[in-house]
Amino acid sequence: MNAKLKKIIPQLLTLTFVALVFGFFSYNAQLNMENRGISFGYGFLSQESSFDVQFSLIEYDGSHSYFRAYLVGLLNTILVSVIGIIFATIIGVIVGIARLSTNLLINKAAAYYVEFFRNIPLLLQIFFWYFAALRALPLPENAEPIFGVIFLTIKGLFIPAFVWNNLDIFLYSLLAAIISIIVIRSYANRLREKHGKQIPFLYISLGLIIILPLLTFLMGGVTLSFEIPELVQLAKTSFRFNGGLGLPPELIALTLALALYTATFIAECVRAGIQGVSKGQKEAAASIGLTPNQVLKLVIMPQALRIIIPPTTNQYLNLTKNSSLAAAIAYPDLVLVFAGTALMQTGRAIEIVSITMLTYLTLSVSISVLMNWYNKKIAIKEK
Amino acid sequence: MSFVKITKDNFNNYLYLGVFLIFVSILDVFLNSFFSINFTAFLPGFLSFVLPLIIGFIGLYIIRIEHSGIKNLDIINKNINTNNFNAVLTLLIIFVIIKSLPPFLSWFIIDATIAGDTKEACTGTGACWTYIKIWLRRFVYGMYPNAEQWRINLSFISLTALGLVGFFATEKYKKYLTLYYVVIYPFISFLFIYFFISGGRIFFDFSYGIIAAAISIILGFFIPNKFKLYYFLIVPITFYILLKYVFFFEEYIELGMIEGLVWVETGAWGGLSLTFIISFFCLIFCFPIGMALALGRRSDFPLIRYICIGFIEFWRGVPLITVLFMSSVMFPMFLPQDVYVDKLVRCIIAISLFEAAYVAEVIRGGLQALPRGQYDAAKSLGMGYWKMHIFVILPQALKLVIPGIANTFLALVKDTPLIFVVGLLEIVGMLNLAKTNPEWLGFAMEGYVFAAIIFWIICYAMSKYSYNLEIKYKTER
Repeated sequence: MNAKLKKIIPQLLTLTFVALVFGFFSYNAQLNMENRGISFGYGFLSQESSFDVQFSLIEYDGSHSYFRAYLVGLLNTILVSVIGIIFATIIGVIVGIARLSTNLLINKAAAYYVEFFRNIPLLLQIFFWYFAALRALPLPENAEPIFGVIFLTIKGLFIPAFVWNNLDIFLYSLLAAIISIIVIRSYANRLREKHGKQIPFLYISLGLIIILPLLTFLMGGVTLSFEIPELVQLAKTSFRFNGGLGLPPELIALTLALALYTATFIAECVRAGIQGVSKGQKEAAASIGLTPNQVLKLVIMPQALRIIIPPTTNQYLNLTKNSSLAAAIAYPDLVLVFAGTALMQTGRAIEIVSITMLTYLTLSVSISVLMNWYNKKIAIKEK
Repeated sequence: MSFVKITKDNFNNYLYLGVFLIFVSILDVFLNSFFSINFTAFLPGFLSFVLPLIIGFIGLYIIRIEHSGIKNLDIINKNINTNNFNAVLTLLIIFVIIKSLPPFLSWFIIDATIAGDTKEACTGTGACWTYIKIWLRRFVYGMYPNAEQWRINLSFISLTALGLVGFFATEKYKKYLTLYYVVIYPFISFLFIYFFISGGRIFFDFSYGIIAAAISIILGFFIPNKFKLYYFLIVPITFYILLKYVFFFEEYIELGMIEGLVWVETGAWGGLSLTFIISFFCLIFCFPIGMALALGRRSDFPLIRYICIGFIEFWRGVPLITVLFMSSVMFPMFLPQDVYVDKLVRCIIAISLFEAAYVAEVIRGGLQALPRGQYDAAKSLGMGYWKMHIFVILPQALKLVIPGIANTFLALVKDTPLIFVVGLLEIVGMLNLAKTNPEWLGFAMEGYVFAAIIFWIICYAMSKYSYNLEIKYKTER
C-alpha cells in the first residue's frame, strides 16, 4: 500500500501542477478575449484575405481566402526547403568526403569551410547574401547572359522555362521506368542471395530511366521547347524580364544561406559515418576477394549509411525549421504570410500561432516517426 | 606520359625539370593575379587560360617519385601529390587561393579607409571601416544612453571577475564551487543586471536584501545541521519578500525614491551587450530545466514520462521564430490583464524553454550511454533516487555529453539574433538599423563582415573551450 502510494503521489502532484498552469492560462485567455470582444474560432479561415503575396506557386490574390494564403505560405516553405535540402546534400557530401581526403590541401580547405560557415549565425548569413552580396549584382538592363540564356540580376535569377506538350505521357513513362527498376532490383537481390549471381543492375536501371522517357519523345508526341527570358523596356529607365522562369532574390539568398550553412553539418555527419566503419571491415572484405568497388558498395556504404542517415535527416528537419527565418528578408513563407500579415490583419493571435506551430510540429513529428521506423528496420540484428 | 621513364638513377634531372615547371605555372598565375601581367597572352584565349594547369600537372607528375630519399620531396608527394587526380585538385586550390587573395586583400586592408568621421572620408574602392568606427558604440551598447554606458562596462567587468573565481579557488573551497555557479553566481548577476544596467532602486532593494541575509544568518546558528541546506535555500528569500512587500511596504516607499540611477527601459538595450545578456541567462536557465526534463523522460512514473516527452517533442518540433512570435503576441493573452511581463524577460523565458528541450535530449543520450551496472551498483549501496543521480549517474553522464551540450550552447548563441521578432535589436538588428540610416547608406557589407568576425570568434572560442573540457574530463572506461 505504502509503495503504491509513493508511486501515485508524485504523478498526481505533477498532473495537478500541469492542469493548474493550463487552467490559469486558458482562464486568462478567455477573460482577455471577452474583454476585447473576440470569440475564439477558426471560421476566419474562409474569409476573404484582401492582401497580396509577391511570390506564390498557386494562383492567389487578395480575393482568395485566408486558408488559401496559408497554403501559399506552406508551399513556399516547402519549395525553399526542398531546394535547400538538395543543394545542402550535394555540398555536404562533397565536403564530407573531402574532409577524409589524403590530400592535405583539400582536407584543410574542407575543414576551414566547415569551421567558417557553421560558426556564423544563419540569420547573419541570410542578411549578408540578401543585403550585401546580391545587391552587388547588375541591373536587368546591364546583365550579361550566362550561356546566353540565364540572367542573374539584382531583381532575381531568370532562367528559361520548359514548355511541355503532352507532359502527362512523359510522366507516366518515368513512373513506369521507376516501377520496373524497383522490380528488377528485387529480382537482382534475390538472384544474388540465392545463386550468388551479379547482374549489371546499375547499367540496366540507367538505361531504363533514359530510354523509356526518350521513347515518348520519338513516338508519343511529347515535345519540349524553351521560353527564354527577354528584356522588356517599361519606361525610360525601368526594365524587366518577360517570359521564362523568374526566381526572386529572396529565394536565392535564402537557399544559398540555408544550403551553405546546413552543408557544414551534413559534411560532419558524412565524415563521422565513413570514419565509423572500422578498418577491419574494409580489410576483411578485401581479403575475401571483393574488388574495391564492391567493398565500397557492399560493405562500407551500407554500414556508413546506417550511421549517416539519422543525423542527416535531423539536419533536413533543422533546415526546414530554419527556413522560417525567411520572414527576416520578406520571402513570403508560412511565417511571414500567415503568422505575419494574416495575424496583423485579423488579430487572432492564438488561432494563427497555434496553426503555424501545429504545421511545423506535424512536419517534424511525421519525419521523426518515419526515421524511427527506418532505424528499427536497418538496425543490426544481433543474436 | 609513359615516355618519361623515371628510375632511381636519372630522377635528379627530371626533378629539376619538374620543380621548374611547377614554379613557372605558379609564377604565371601569380603575375596574372597580382600585377595583371599575362606572359602567355600570345597564345589563343582558352589555351592561355589552362596552360598553367597543364604545365603544373606535368611538373607534379614528374616529381612524383616514390621513396626518393629526399625528405621534403617525400612529404610533398605523400600529402598533396599521391595521384593524378589529387595533383589536379592541389593545383586548382593553389590557383584559387592566389587568384582570390588580391581582391580580398585590397578590399579588406589596402584600399580600405578608417580615418575620418563622415561618409565622405570613404573614397577608396575598399571597405569603409570608418562606418564601423563611428557606429561602434551603437553596435556594442544599442540605444543605451551614452552617459550611462559605464554601468554596462562595470557590470560586465565585475561579472567576468566573479565568474573567474573558480580558477583561483583553493582545494578547501572547491566543493562549494558547484553551489556557487549554480545558485549564487546567477543570483548575483541578476542583481547586477537589474540594479546597474536596468537601474532599479538600488539602496531600497539592497537594504532589504542585507537585512534579510543578516537575520537569516543569525537564526541559522540555531538550526540543526541536517536542515541547514534547505534552510538557506528557502528562508532568506522568504524574509526578503516579507520585508519588501508586507512589513515595510508603505513606510519605506519614500526611502526608495533616493536619487539613484536612471531607469533604462529594456527596449533601449541592444547591440553586443544584449547578445551577451540573453545568451548568459538562457545558458543558466536552460541547463537545469533540460536536466530535469531528461530525468523526467527516463522516470519510472508513466505520467511524468509522457508529460516530459510531450514537452520536449513540442519545443523540438517548432522553429524558434514561431516560439518568439508566441511569446510576443500570444503569451500576453495568457496572463491576467494587469500583469505585464517585460519583453526581454519573455524572450529569455522562450529561448530558455526552447533550448532546454535540446539540452534534455543531449543529456538523455548521456544517461542512456551509461552501463546498467552503474545504476545497479549505486542501488546496491543503498542510495535513493536523488543520491544515486547526483553522486553517481549525472557526473558521469554529463562528462559524456560535453560536446553535445557545447553544440547546443553554440546554437543558442547563434540563435540570439532572432529576437528581432519581438523588436529587440542585438548586434545584427543594430546593423540593419544602421544600414538604413540615410547618412550611411551602402555599407551593408562592412557591417555584416564585422558582425560575422565577432560571432565567429565567440563561437570558435566556445567550441575550442569545450574541446579542452572534453579532454580534461576524459576518463578511461
